[in-house]
Amino acid sequence: MKFAIVVFPGSNCDHDTYHVAKDVLGQEAELIWHKDRSLNRADVVILPGGFAHGDYLRTGAIARFSPIMHEVSKFAAAGGPVLGICNGFQVLLEAGLLPGAMLRNRSLKFRCEFLHVKVEQTDTPFTLACRPGQNLRMPIAHGDGNYYAEPDVVARLERNRQVIFRYVSAAGEVTDESNPNGSANNIAGICNETRNVVGLMPHPERACELAVGSADGLSVFKSILKWGRESFVEDTLTTMTAEPSTVLNK
Amino acid sequence: MQARVFVTLKPSVFDPQGTTVAEALHTLGYETVRDVRQGKYFELEIDAANADEARRLASEAADRLLSNPVIESYRIEVTS
Repeated sequence: MKFAIVVFPGSNCDHDTYHVAKDVLGQEAELIWHKDRSLNRADVVILPGGFAHGDYLRTGAIARFSPIMHEVSKFAAAGGPVLGICNGFQVLLEAGLLPGAMLRNRSLKFRCEFLHVKVEQTDTPFTLACRPGQNLRMPIAHGDGNYYAEPDVVARLERNRQVIFRYVSAAGEVTDESNPNGSANNIAGICNETRNVVGLMPHPERACELAVGSADGLSVFKSILKWGRESFVEDTLTTMTAEPSTVLNK
Repeated sequence: MQARVFVTLKPSVFDPQGTTVAEALHTLGYETVRDVRQGKYFELEIDAANADEARRLASEAADRLLSNPVIESYRIEVTS
């Protein structure tokens, strides 16, 4: 599969993500500058962490108007898998590709630490290889990760099973102590209604090798590969079954 | 023309920064300060024929970029 990793001025997890795609997973990967106007036929798009445009105005507020975001929106509308990590999640929120917004952490502190995140749903391209309820140990590093949406929007996310990741304790319990930033319902990550766009605050790309403290984030990246294989089989089957009638009609 | 845009968090949205500033003011002895809401302030110098046109443009800018309607609201003042 080919990974496109978008680079904004101020992105700083772009190379970590590239390293995981290229070296850990052995896949094709390309860094795409935010002013480019093509995703170069990528199969999956990742908006990495960092501080795009210095977080000026609001996190992600300037980045959403970068030329490449038009292509990312088109790619997402066509069903392509898009993952926003940390600042990438904030960009997706500002772009309206995911609902809600980020507020300053309730502690006002920049939180940089390992914590636990529960996989709530496995029917997205980024959680397909996870076990339902799997507890992933991954780091966070953000000052604005306090997920907010109007109560009816949060209720709708829960109803539609769009909450994909939730902050939990080491034992997997949803508690206020395990919520690092004050996010509504301990939300750490969500997806859109069509489930192909996912955003999360924790950094799976910083937890893909035991040498860096955890390899739990690999589940997220392996999910993409599994999704790729399954959608390839599905496409092939569709083509194979569609072919005879297509031929007859000619 | 100058348009001044005041962006603040909606009343329903908790403002951790404002709350912290209020607590600091209490520490300084300003007990009568009941609440603080922190926001952003922009001065837009606009080439516009009249105040209405300047206001319209500032409002569009606030909707599209200066504020995030999910969490913020804004107020505009136009001066010549």
